[in-house]
This record gives sequence, C-alpha cells and structure tokens, in this order.
Amino acid sequence: MEIALDIRLAMYDGMVRARYFEKRAYDLFMQGLVKGTTHLGLGQEAVAAGFAVAMQPDDMSYCTYRGHNHTLLRGAPMNALMGELMGRSNGICEAKGGSMHLTDVSKGAMGSYAIVGAHLPVAAGAAWAAQLRGTDQVSVCFFGDGTTNIGAFHESLNMAAVWDLPVVFVCENNLYMEYTAISDVIAVEHPAADRASAYGLEGIVVDGNDADAVYEVAVAAYQRARAGEGPSLIEALTYRHKGHSRADPGKYRPDEEVEEWLKRDPIDIYRERLLSLGVEPAKLDEIEAKAAAEVDAATEASKNAPPPDPAVLLTDVWADGGSSWRN
Amino acid sequence: MAELSYRDAVARGLAQEMERDERVVLIGEDVAKAGGVFKTTVGLYEQFGPTRVRDTPISEEAITGMIMGAAMNGLIPVGELMFSDFLATCWDIVANQIAKTRYMTGGQVELPLVIRTANGGGSRFGGQHAQSLENWAMAVPGLKVVAPATPADVIGLMAAAIRDPDPVIVFEHKALFATKGEVPDGEIVDTLGTARVLREGDDVTIVALAAMVHTALDAAKILGGLGISAEVIDLRSLVPLDTQTILNSVAKTTRLATVEENPRLVGWGAEISSLVAEEAFWDLDGPIVRVTTPHIPLPAAGELEDLAIPSVERVVDAISAMSG
Repeated sequence: MEIALDIRLAMYDGMVRARYFEKRAYDLFMQGLVKGTTHLGLGQEAVAAGFAVAMQPDDMSYCTYRGHNHTLLRGAPMNALMGELMGRSNGICEAKGGSMHLTDVSKGAMGSYAIVGAHLPVAAGAAWAAQLRGTDQVSVCFFGDGTTNIGAFHESLNMAAVWDLPVVFVCENNLYMEYTAISDVIAVEHPAADRASAYGLEGIVVDGNDADAVYEVAVAAYQRARAGEGPSLIEALTYRHKGHSRADPGKYRPDEEVEEWLKRDPIDIYRERLLSLGVEPAKLDEIEAKAAAEVDAATEASKNAPPPDPAVLLTDVWADGGSSWRN
Repeated sequence: MAELSYRDAVARGLAQEMERDERVVLIGEDVAKAGGVFKTTVGLYEQFGPTRVRDTPISEEAITGMIMGAAMNGLIPVGELMFSDFLATCWDIVANQIAKTRYMTGGQVELPLVIRTANGGGSRFGGQHAQSLENWAMAVPGLKVVAPATPADVIGLMAAAIRDPDPVIVFEHKALFATKGEVPDGEIVDTLGTARVLREGDDVTIVALAAMVHTALDAAKILGGLGISAEVIDLRSLVPLDTQTILNSVAKTTRLATVEENPRLVGWGAEISSLVAEEAFWDLDGPIVRVTTPHIPLPAAGELEDLAIPSVERVVDAISAMSG
C-alpha cells in the first residue's frame, strides 16, 4: 500500500503531539500538579496514530485508562485534556473524570474505561447500533494484553463475531499486564492473535512501533467492517517506555529488553523514514516545535484555570443535569 | 379494559414502545425465538423481526455492555437478564460503567437504556435464582429502579423506563408473572418516581414493593378486622423515590411499617425508615417496624422459603404488636 504523504505527516504529527503531551503529564505528576494516577502510553504512539488517522470523523473509538494518546489523536483539544489531568475547571470532563476517563464524544472519542475489559462489549454495542442504523461507522476498541484474560474479552469477541459487527479490536501487547509479564500468565505466544481462531477470526499480528504497518492493518480492518464482513482482532506488538502507572520505574523488566525496545522508538523510526522519503528536516522540526508550543500553552492554560466550580459536584448524574433521587 | 396477566403485560409494554419508536430493540438470552424463559416476550420476535428482537449467548457482560454501547450510538436498547441474581455476573458493567459514565464524562454521554430482570422468591429455586436485589441497584448513584406490582403498572412503568433518558432497571417479580389484573385499553405511560396509595387508612402506613404489595394488602384487610386501619403504599419506584407520598401518609397515620422481600441489612426499608426518622420524627407515635426476609440466603424447600419471605401473618403480627 502506498501511503500518501499527508497521511504520513498526520501520523508523525499525532505521535509527536502525544509524546510531548504525555512527557509533560509525567513531569506534572512528579511535581504534584497531576494528582491521582496516570497510565502513560509513551512508546506506544504508533498504534494510536495509525488507527486514529485511518478513521473517519464519525467512527467511534473506545480505550482504556492508558488512553491519553487515543483521545488526543481523535481530535480532543489538548487544553481540555491537560485541564482534566490537572483537575481544573477547563477539564474536558469538568474535572470529574480524571486521567483514566478522558472522553470527547464530539470527536468520536467515546471514553476511557478503567476496569479492564469493560469497554469491549460497549464498543461492540456501538457497532451493533451502527449496523442496525446502517450508518457505515466503525467502532474501534483499544486494550492491553492483560485484557485478553478477562471474561468480557471472550464474551465480546464471540458476540461481535456471531453478529458480524463492524468493530475492530486492537490489543496493544506491550508485554506486561501490569508488573507481570504477559507470557507468565498465558499458555500461548500471542495473547490476542492466538485466540482469534476461537471466534472464527484471523489472527493478525502487526509491528506496533511502525506507524505505516499499523495504518495498513487499520485500513484493511475498517474496510472489512464497513463491507459488513464483521470484526477484526489485531495484536500490535509494542512497548511502554515507562512503568505501568504513576511513578512505577518498571524494574521488573530486564535492562537489555528495555534498551532493545528504546532503540525501536516509533517516533525515531518514523522520523528516519520520512527523511528517507525526502521530507525536509525543517518540516519535521516545525511539527515538533508546534507540538512543544501546544503542550506549553495547554500546561499554562490549565495551571491558570480555576479549580472546578463546587456546583459541578452535584451535576450530571441524570439527564436533567442534576443528581436528585427524590421529590 | 381487559384482564391481562403480569407476564403478558411485559410483552405488551415492550410491544407498545417498539411500535412507537423503531430505535427500541430487545436482546437477551432466549428472548426471541423462545419468547423468554418466563414467556414474557412471546410474540415480539414474530412482530418485530430478528434484527430488533435478538437472542444472545449466555454472556451477561456482553448483553449489558452492548446495550450501553448501543445507547451511546442512537438506539434505545432493552436488555434482559434472565434472573436478577445474574446481575452479579455483570455488576461491573451495570454499576461501574452504565451508572457512572454520564457523571465521569461531565455529562457527555447519555444512556437511554433499560435492563429488565426477573427478581424475587416464592418459586422454590433456591439461593441463586430467587433473591430480591432491588436494593443493590438502589445503592448505586446513576441507576433508576422500578419494581411494578400489577399488570397495568408493568406496562406503564416499562413505557416510562424506555422513554426515560437515563438507565433504568425494571425488576419484574417472578411470583407475580401468573397473576392477573385489569388493564386499560390503548397506550399506557406511567411516571417514574411516583408511589401510589392503594388503600387508605388512618392508623398505620405500610410501605411495600412488588410482590410484597399484595402481602401488605392482604394483611391490611385482616388488620381492618382487628380494628386497625392500615394505609398501603405501593412504592413502585425506588429511584427516583416518592418521599412526599410516604411523608404525607405518615403525617396522617403516625406510624410506619415497611414490608420488604430483600434481606434485612440495608434493605430499601432502611432508607425509608431513616428518611421518616429524619424528616417526620415528630409525626410518629411509635417505633418504625421493618418486616423483611431474615439476613440469610434463600432456601429452596417451600416450607423454609415461606418462613423466610414476609408473609401476611408476619405483617399482621408485627403491625398488631406495634399498634397494641
């Protein structure tokens, strides 16, 4: 597949913006300006970029608590995402969601779900509605390797396959479920792909650090979904540069393994590729400078935003906007 | 006006809403071709076809998760959980995902969905197919909860649940499926969060729900013979809760009893009792009485199950004692 240059630049732009955003999120967490927890996708940006850039605007994406990348790359405004991480009034979820629940429905980013596996049936349900209403939408569901051992994975894959739903399940296999190697807790090599045959699906493994390769499988899976041929299950091999969450140093991972994967940084790989394709270095420098400025601006805007209005505490439980349970 | 069974009322309520709005769809285990294990969805598959009435695998997380996703993308889905006990297998989806998502997203996500489920004892099914779990759902912010006691209420509250923009769990009572009642002709649409005074009285207010409403009414008749005039309130809806009807009644009768099928601890009657104690304490002329199932799993044998679930006699005895 020949990938157009504007697509490639969009993927590079997306990866760089996600990288800078999450590096800043980490710094802010260490400074105590982001509270609670964060689960960073540093190192996994090519998966987010490849799938996001191949989507249509009205496609729906569902992700996990490791969902900053995915939400940002659907087009959610960085200011509002940073504000949400920092618990400020400019937060995209009114500061009621936090890092693990970033959502921008207006951009098709249908939510970040923090209980492992819970969003797989939800993504399938959105695809079912698309199928019934004939909307041509695809529902894309990102999850980690650890998710493949929870019941909702099986229930959702089976149902999606039986009903031929236009949903694409994307397993980001970063080799560790949390602190434990996924290979310690499964009986097969590939946590997702090796289970695909149980649902009558093809087991697809892709290099998740190669944005072009990811983009190509995404396009094929979306075409299949829109053609009414049913779901896909794709396992993208990747690696997180940081620990599981918060300040976890990830010491359970062998140094050589970490070094090996750091050499395969998806952004470095892609920068080299774009240069080899004749893209001017200045063009890439410009993308990087713009992303850095955007992150700085989002940080400043969020630092300067007031804390949430106490009134929002009691809003949005019900569709009437309130939280009353009685008359 | 015609007589209709509670079980047929379920199908009629669903059909009424499916005819009105093509976005309304129904999924669940055995709901389509078989017409439901309790025969509550008979005829819907034939009337509305295989895309709108669909059988699922035994996958409660998928059923509840999929109706959530479908509600996010333009449908008004109804999902059946065959027994309310099965809520435990998908409680993450119900309590963590469906209930919280509007709040956690700052109001971005609307979930107009309904979960229907067969609740309650009296069928000798034993500990895992007979519980009254409406109080579980009541405890979760973000879920609306109704439990009809009559065929007409089944239709009206089902319609109200389907038309409501928030997630609603409709607890259908297994012991009532075969019961019959008069049902008006034509469309029936009720209002969530409205209790109903089914029998007026002056001496004591009895608040009941679902099958216990009939127990309370039978007890009230006997109490009347004993010179105690009991007012019976069918709560109908736990969330929203019609507190005014309860408070107004207690202001008149000065006494309160709740009749609950759920086990004792943190049953819905505890919330009603707390509310009356906080807001109508000076109206009361005596202690509040709760008649509940003991704090035990339900036994299978009929003799034991009948001892566990509040009976007419237990209600009469408890209220006679409080009024004596």
